[in-house]
Amino acid sequence: MKKVYVNENVCMGCRLCEVYCLLKHAHTKDLIKAYKKESPRALPRVRVDESGIVSLSVRCEHCVDAPCVKACLTGALSRDPVTGLVTVDEERCIGCGTCALVCPLGVPKLDKAQKKMVKCDLCQDEEIPVCVANCPNEALVYMEEKPDTNPVVNYVNNN
Amino acid sequence: MSTTTNTKYLIIGNSAGGIGAAEAIREVDGVGKITIISDEPYPAYSRPLISEYLAQPCPLEKMLYRKPDFYKANGIQSVPGEKAVAINPAEHTVKLESGGFIKWRKLLLATGGTPIVPTMEGIDLKGVFTFNRLDDAKAIDTFLNEYRSNVKAVVIGGGLIGVSVTEALVKWGVEVTIVEMKDYVLNTILDEEAAALEADALEQASVGIITGRTVAKINSQTAGEVGSVTLDDGRTLPADMVIIAIGVKPRLDLVAGTKIKTNRGIVVDRTMAASLPDIYVCGDAAEAYDFVMGENRPTPVWPNAYEGGCAAGLNMAGKKTEYTGGTSMNALKYFGLNIVSAGLVNPPDDGYKTIVNRHNGTYRKVILKKGKLAGFAFAGDIEKSGIIYNLMKDGVNVDSFKQQLVADDFGLASLPESAWRSKLAKPSASAVPITTAEPKEEAVIGD
Repeated sequence: MKKVYVNENVCMGCRLCEVYCLLKHAHTKDLIKAYKKESPRALPRVRVDESGIVSLSVRCEHCVDAPCVKACLTGALSRDPVTGLVTVDEERCIGCGTCALVCPLGVPKLDKAQKKMVKCDLCQDEEIPVCVANCPNEALVYMEEKPDTNPVVNYVNNN
Repeated sequence: MSTTTNTKYLIIGNSAGGIGAAEAIREVDGVGKITIISDEPYPAYSRPLISEYLAQPCPLEKMLYRKPDFYKANGIQSVPGEKAVAINPAEHTVKLESGGFIKWRKLLLATGGTPIVPTMEGIDLKGVFTFNRLDDAKAIDTFLNEYRSNVKAVVIGGGLIGVSVTEALVKWGVEVTIVEMKDYVLNTILDEEAAALEADALEQASVGIITGRTVAKINSQTAGEVGSVTLDDGRTLPADMVIIAIGVKPRLDLVAGTKIKTNRGIVVDRTMAASLPDIYVCGDAAEAYDFVMGENRPTPVWPNAYEGGCAAGLNMAGKKTEYTGGTSMNALKYFGLNIVSAGLVNPPDDGYKTIVNRHNGTYRKVILKKGKLAGFAFAGDIEKSGIIYNLMKDGVNVDSFKQQLVADDFGLASLPESAWRSKLAKPSASAVPITTAEPKEEAVIGD
C-alpha cells in the first residue's frame, strides 16, 4: 500500500502541507479565494503538531487494523481490501465523532457545517498527494510498501 | 413435525456484535456455514441511526450497517425475523419460535440489551414508547403522523437514549420535557460540568429539564391514551406521549434455565467464551473486560459490541484471541455540540487527580490514577481526543506531560519522543519511493 511518511528531522512546521491540502479540498482552485472567499473554509486533512523544536505533519495512516473502521457506528468508514485505503462514505457518515475518539493519531476532522467527518484520501486523482508534492523540505515522502501481508495474519498478530 | 437444520456457526443477533463475529469468522474460515438469526425483520442496520430516522424517515438502504450484498458476498445464511426461544447447551441446539431447531457447533449470543421499563400505572397506555430499535422509531413516527399538532412529550431518563430521542422530537416541533432521576442529565457518561454544556444546548432548543425527580404514574384523560404524567413530588405535567429511556439491561431470557453463568450480564472470559463449552457472548448481553476498571462489566456501546464480536468470532473459528477490552466510551453530537468521554467520568475516591481546562465553550478534563489515565471528557473540540483514548488504553504513564493533555495546542508532538515515534508509521527497508517524473517546482504561495 502507498503511504505518506514523515521525516520529522527536516520538518520545520511551515504548514504548507495544510495549505495545499485545504486548497485541494476547496471548491475553488485558487489559494486566495479558498482562504478568503469560501465560507465555510475547506478543511485540511493534514495537521501539523508542534512542541518546541519538534513539528510533525500528521494525517491518516490508513491502518491495516483501523480502529476507526471498527468503531464506526454506521459503517460509513471502510478499508478497501485491494488498495488498503480507509475511506469515508459521506452519505452514511453522521459526524458523531466516534472515529476521532478512537484514532491513535487523532486525525479525523469534523466538518461541522456538513455534520460529516473528513479524512485524508491520499489525493486519489493525483500522482502523489499534494502535501508531499508541495513540501519544500522533502520532510514528507510518498512510498509504496509491498502489498499488505494477509490481513488475517495482521489482525491476529495485533490482537 | 419440527425440522432441524445444521450450521457450523450460529449467531443470534444481527447487529454490531453479530456482524463483527461473522466478519472475523470469515477472515479465518472461508467456508464454514454461518447462520445469523434475529427477531428483527431487517438486515443489519445502524441502531444509532434510529434518531436520525425519526427526525427524517429514510429508506432502510440508507441505514444499512454493511453493503446490501454483505450476506451473499460472505456466504452467510441470514434469517431475519426468526426468534430463538430456547438454548440446549448439551445438545448444541437452539429452538426457534417458528417451531424448528438449529443444531450448531459454535454459538454466539449477540442478543443485545432490552429497555428497562418500570412497572407504573399507565405504562400500557397508547402513546407510551421505548426507543431502542428501528420499530420503536417507526411506531413514534406513525403516532406523530396521526396525532394533532402541539404535541407534548415527557422523556423519562436523561441518558444517551433520552437525549437522542429528544433531538429527533424537537425536529418534529414536539415540546419535550426530560425527567431525570439523578442530579443532572447524561450522568452515567459525563461529569456534571460537561453535562451542563449539553443541558445548555437542550435548554436553548426549548427542552424542559427536571432533575432529581421521576415519573410516578402516567395518567389518561381520553380513555386508553396518555394525557399527563404525575411526578414523585406530586406535580403534574401535560403529556401526549411518554418515552421510556431509563436504560438498557443485558438480555438474559435465552440463558435463563440453562447453566450458563450470569451476573448483571452473561459472564465471559477474555476469549468471550461463556461458562459452557462452544458458547460465546458479545455486545450488550455480555459482561466483558473493561480495561479501565480492570474487571468485567457491561459496557453497552456499539464499538465494544463490534470489537467483542470480532474476538468471539476469531475464537469460534479456532484462532485463539484475547479481547483487548473496551470501556465506557461515547461520542455525542446532539444539538450541535460535540462531546466525547471514556473511562471514568467522576473520580470515585481521592486517589485520583483531575486536570481541567475550560474556556470559550470548550472543555477538557482528564482523570489520572498513579500517573495513568482513568478517564476523560472533551466538549466543544473533540479532535485529537483519540490520542488521549489510546494513551489510556495502552496504559502509558502520562505523569510527566499530564498538563499538556488538556492544553489547547495538545497534539502528537506534546507526547515524549518515544511515544509519538511509536505511533507514526515508518517505511520498511523495502519500501519504494514514489516520485513524479517531472522535476519538482518551487512552491510559491499564491500560485
